[in-house]
Amino acid sequence: MSAKTVRLTTPLGDEVLALKAGDRVELSGTVYTARDEAHLRMQKEGIPFDPKGAVIYHCGPVVKDNRIIAAGPTTSARMNALSGFLLDAGVRGIIGKGGMNATVREQLKGRGVYFAFTGGCAALAASHMTLKGVHFPDLGMAEAVWIIELDRLPLVVGIDPQGNDLFGTVLAGAQRAAGRQGCG
Amino acid sequence: MQQGEERDLREALSAATCRAMHRAVIYLPEDVKRALAQARASESGAVPLGEYENIIKNIEAAERLGVPLCQDTGVPIVYLTLPSRVPYSPALYEAVTEGIRRATTEIPLRPNVVDPLTRHNSGDNTGAGMPAVHVRPGERFAVTVLPKGAGAENVSRITMLLPSQAEKIEEVVVGTMLAAEGRPCPPVVLGVGIGGTFDSAPALAKEALLRPIDRMDAFEQKLCDAVNRLGIGPMGLGGKTTALAVKVKTAACHTASLPVAVNVQCWANRHATVEVDW
Repeated sequence: MSAKTVRLTTPLGDEVLALKAGDRVELSGTVYTARDEAHLRMQKEGIPFDPKGAVIYHCGPVVKDNRIIAAGPTTSARMNALSGFLLDAGVRGIIGKGGMNATVREQLKGRGVYFAFTGGCAALAASHMTLKGVHFPDLGMAEAVWIIELDRLPLVVGIDPQGNDLFGTVLAGAQRAAGRQGCG
Repeated sequence: MQQGEERDLREALSAATCRAMHRAVIYLPEDVKRALAQARASESGAVPLGEYENIIKNIEAAERLGVPLCQDTGVPIVYLTLPSRVPYSPALYEAVTEGIRRATTEIPLRPNVVDPLTRHNSGDNTGAGMPAVHVRPGERFAVTVLPKGAGAENVSRITMLLPSQAEKIEEVVVGTMLAAEGRPCPPVVLGVGIGGTFDSAPALAKEALLRPIDRMDAFEQKLCDAVNRLGIGPMGLGGKTTALAVKVKTAACHTASLPVAVNVQCWANRHATVEVDW
């Protein structure tokens, strides 16, 4: 497994196709937060930003006085069935925690990557962020689409554009181990 | 109790609740930090080591900046201990609720509390039965808060085993974590409540999370080793430590029952206790 660190800046292009699961990435540039409600709204009303090369961050931040206070990732699996239209529209990266299912793994093939950011690391994340604006503020603090400028957020490639999936590999190993212990 | 005294009591308890919440969401308890340092030392892979680097930097950033460790500042679970000199009254619940409101604005906390069916958000982290306040007698007048995030709470489980199935307790604990995968932000702490009733076993499991996690008895260690053989690792990205600790709390139960509850807690095992100045 590689331990190199790749620096990338949004909007992302074909450079993401060279990324491999396990690569460490420092990401800079604009990202857009979106959770369940924002995905549903964008499906209905359209994507309020240019999706070409864009990066979606599964995150419901704490915001006060137009400042990001805390902004760690939320569980990506909740968006498994809601992400296809974004990738079809040109989104190249998704940041979240816990990984995504085989549907998203297929949708990412040859197009984009899933970046894992460490769950719970909201203060660290905030120290790499500047708030730029908001879409759908009526959805409330956790569910709105916040426009955030990143400065070298430390990520790891969880699912690469070839379909390699760190989470899937770990889960298969866990299932084998549970079977051996009679806990399957 | 005189009116003035009751006002003082409310103010003191409300302030203590707010202070406990402030401490809990920003500063991790020392035993949790020690357990995380030990877990980091167990790893050699670049991916898990990168996760621990982020976790340790995050703990430092929260302390330095005075901001919450995690944006999911949870729902407020509150334990009150009352010495006999403190009168039991509705004012206690009202004061704790007021303290949570203050904490929500002052720290700030993310407003997480909604009606379960309409999903209407109260905006101040209070609602019917929230904060969840547990009152019991104690030597000190103290308030303990355990802000509980949803990622880990959502994968928690209750299983009603039969008395003949005691050997299945390990299977329940390991199975809970296998089904949870990386979703509860491992390395987790597992609170296990054994005995009591259908409703009290999960409460025991949650209270077990308040015990020091850097020591385990032989039974807890055996459960913890079994979970760690899964290899789920930090954030489900693979590694040697999936659970920092398993903590067990028991209560007597019906001769025909064996309730087992597993309350999953993320690596940020946040809780804090503050004495009430009254």
